[in-house]
Amino acid sequence: MGSTIIEKIVGNNVGKNVKPGDIVTVNVDRVMIHDIFIPFVASKFEEMGFQKLWDADKAVLIYDHLVPASQIDDTRHFKVGNAFVEKYGMKNIHRSDGICHQLMTEAGYVKPGNIVFGTDSHTTTYGCVGAFSSGIGYTEMASILGTGTLWIRVPETIKVNISGKLPGNVMAKDIILKLIGDLGADGATYKALEFTGDTVENMSVASRMSMSNMAIEAGAKCALFTPDEKTAEYCGIELTDKEKDLVGDADAEYCQVINYKAEDFVPVMACPSNVDNVKPVSELEGTEIDQVFIGSCTNGRLEDLMAAAEILKGKKVASFVKLIVTPASRKIYREAVENGTMAVLAEAGAIITHPSCGLCCGRTGGILTDGERVVATNNRNFLGRMGTSKVEIYLASPKSAAACAVSGKIVMP
Amino acid sequence: MGMTMAEKIIAAAAGASEVKAGDIHTVELDRLMSNDGTTHLTIDMYNQLKEPRIADVNKLVWIVDHNVPCDSVKTAASHKKMRDFAKEHGIRFYEGAGVCHQVMMENHVTSGELIFGADSHTCAYGAVGAFGTGVGCTDYLYAMVTGKSWLLVPETLRFNLKGKLKEGVYARDLILSIIGMIGANGANYMAMEFGGEGLKTLNMSDRIAVCNLCVEAGAKTALMEVDEITLDYLKAHGREPKHCFASDDDAVFAHTYEIDLSTIKPIVAKPHFVDSVVDAKECVGTHIDEAFLGSCNNGRIEDLRVGAELIKGKKVHSLVRFLVVPASAEVYRQALSEGIIDTFMEAGAIVMNPNCSVCWGSCQGVIGENEVLISTGTRNFKGRAGHKDSFVYLASAATVTASAIKGEIATADMI
Amino acid sequence: MEKFSGKIWVLGDDIDTDIIIPTEYLALKTVKDMTPYAFSPLRPELAARIKEGDIIVAGKNFGCGSSREQAPEIIKALGIKCVIAKSFARIFFRNAINNGLLLIENETLRDAVCEGDKITVTINEAIEHKGIQYPITSLPENLVEIIKAGGLVKAMQKLNNSKG
Repeated sequence: MGSTIIEKIVGNNVGKNVKPGDIVTVNVDRVMIHDIFIPFVASKFEEMGFQKLWDADKAVLIYDHLVPASQIDDTRHFKVGNAFVEKYGMKNIHRSDGICHQLMTEAGYVKPGNIVFGTDSHTTTYGCVGAFSSGIGYTEMASILGTGTLWIRVPETIKVNISGKLPGNVMAKDIILKLIGDLGADGATYKALEFTGDTVENMSVASRMSMSNMAIEAGAKCALFTPDEKTAEYCGIELTDKEKDLVGDADAEYCQVINYKAEDFVPVMACPSNVDNVKPVSELEGTEIDQVFIGSCTNGRLEDLMAAAEILKGKKVASFVKLIVTPASRKIYREAVENGTMAVLAEAGAIITHPSCGLCCGRTGGILTDGERVVATNNRNFLGRMGTSKVEIYLASPKSAAACAVSGKIVMP
Repeated sequence: MGMTMAEKIIAAAAGASEVKAGDIHTVELDRLMSNDGTTHLTIDMYNQLKEPRIADVNKLVWIVDHNVPCDSVKTAASHKKMRDFAKEHGIRFYEGAGVCHQVMMENHVTSGELIFGADSHTCAYGAVGAFGTGVGCTDYLYAMVTGKSWLLVPETLRFNLKGKLKEGVYARDLILSIIGMIGANGANYMAMEFGGEGLKTLNMSDRIAVCNLCVEAGAKTALMEVDEITLDYLKAHGREPKHCFASDDDAVFAHTYEIDLSTIKPIVAKPHFVDSVVDAKECVGTHIDEAFLGSCNNGRIEDLRVGAELIKGKKVHSLVRFLVVPASAEVYRQALSEGIIDTFMEAGAIVMNPNCSVCWGSCQGVIGENEVLISTGTRNFKGRAGHKDSFVYLASAATVTASAIKGEIATADMI
Repeated sequence: MEKFSGKIWVLGDDIDTDIIIPTEYLALKTVKDMTPYAFSPLRPELAARIKEGDIIVAGKNFGCGSSREQAPEIIKALGIKCVIAKSFARIFFRNAINNGLLLIENETLRDAVCEGDKITVTINEAIEHKGIQYPITSLPENLVEIIKAGGLVKAMQKLNNSKG
């Protein structure tokens, strides 16, 4: 019988065939720790009695949630992180280069077929290059740092097949929001998502990243795309036969198969206060807004900024509305400067911040208050995520978000 | 008897032919600036008035600059209050356009005006020969409602500038040296007036840097003689002067200082007072955790150029957080087009949107316990930039950038 | 088999990690510092009212969202004996086990109870509410091992000690 992508990745790792429900111990290829949790990881690691990292090269520490520090205690995390790096000889550290999930693939830490864990739920992102990646807590991270291994339960796979050509105003974000709406916030809990079809084959790695990033919002353990030529170019590698084989077999067993026609997609938004509360933008038109946020590990990439700039070019952000743009990484910021995107956004009146998690993690970067409404391109609209519990958060694509910034209300892109 | 610049502006605003230091006059104000530091308080008081009214809404400029983008539910609520009020009353409103004083200089202030700002560094407007002074929100409210206020005519300290700053010495070194010389209360209640041939060697950015910091010597206002440089600046920004005043030859000054610009050296103001100035060389080697290039004092394109030139092709020290924050959106756009933003990004700096940033210890780059910041900001008071037990050194853009590269206090010649 | 009773607090579906502990408070020094803010976006009064030995009964997808381990740690620190929900989100589930917070999945209890009711839990057997028994499925063996050791930290300590 054939295998799904996740079964192949795990099977390759443990050196035997696996099936859903198997509990196996995998060798971890890479781990990511970010600034919020490094103090906890460090203390658990020492409490567990470890003396050294299992492999210093395989650990990556990224400061992103607290850059720049917004509260007096935040810099303590940098201190603890820097001391940990020094003590255990870590080399892979980024102190202000952007959001962890962007950097992990952009800086080449993750390759197709890898098994990667991170202290952040959106670690599912790396499935965009065909890696099995998932979020864990800091206690488990500490144990991986010491042992290099983690037990996992091999998940069932939901196959999502999309074919055809997307309408011009629809982005990958609209697809993943629609899927989460259809599956429900727990519709893929403990499961793997596998994306196939010519629509996703034609997508950039950046677009695939938006989708794998948000898989966790349906509860998924991971979300996988088959590595292809685009993946190879993005990762700067030649694909090996093993990597090329990371495709779901025709006779693989799926617990669910969902088919979409690309032409049927329309711009959508996730309405307050659940990611699966998804509605077509056409039904929301006219709703007044106070702020727009374009950024995050979901939608802070160059193609996202360019899509927004195309809509904002020669226009101004509506009076009394703020547009906050936070690129996902230093590299993206520089590319956007280089190709003129930043100048267009600045001319339109955008508030452009340094690459970091910014508003998405709700600590700074545009916090809102009672009665305010924000259209945002990030991944969560939970109650209180960006301010008080009376803030309404609508999640949208960069195109939709940019169109709303110009109008001052929800409109179709 | 002759009058000083300050006296002439007040006389014009009071409709009097002559005023002298020590007089109290009721004056008509030209402009009223308020930012998100205190506007919410002004609005609260306004709403308690029996018959609230705004004398002339066209004189009001409200600017959100201290916490942009918002860092907490509390500041979000205060901004919303300000935004809603501005919208309702048709008040000129900026949010995210930059630090209030820079936005005012770029868009509103002109020579000979009398301006109240609900912020101490309003004295910056003297760079174009306008009388700007900082007030509290009660004074601001009275002026907003009546269009008028009372003012004690200040005595004037006159600074005759001659010569030229040496290469590698900046206006910021000049004003820090002056504050060091006269002390943090050396100009209490007074106007600091700058003139002389040396003034001609200072561009508008230098002049703003000098005037902006005069409040750190206690000054009520700072004033500079209007000249071609002023008029060119105003013209470039589409404005005409209201009055071009200069002090009369027989004006009475409380004291006159002669400053030879060529004697000024790179300066550092040590924690925790602005007048605690020493030769920058004395601080070389001091460990730093963070460096800040920005603020209404030193976040203009000229300052960013100094930093960028120094850091081009080099890297920020790996353990230093180097914050670069242009003073306004206009400065940011200019820096973008000159490749300066990219130079800083390439070097590893943290480039933030125009706002007050760590200069006042708000939402961006606050420093922790026992941490050390070297800054082009306005103040180094204890706890100003974050934790109560932290340390701020003030220096020029060149010294700050050099320090960011070295990871400890360094001067530009060491790079 | 271990048995305990407690007063219940009833919550709905999709209780996410931002509700359990908003990001704003995540950089506070200790979990204890964070506990007053538990559940604050949804029910700001709740943290102060929870008493040692209380039980949370919730709907589906409890703990969805972030990987923040403070979520189960805070619930434990508040004195909550166990959380019973229709289902749990994956990362939260692992984090809870690793910290020794007992989680029980039950599909029907949530819709039968009212806040303030008393229930009795017999581990790996059943929950009793107003005379009705709700069966519980038992946990996989590898998880029982971690819980038996008293959480993952203790399990690792044991491993490191045995290595000498």
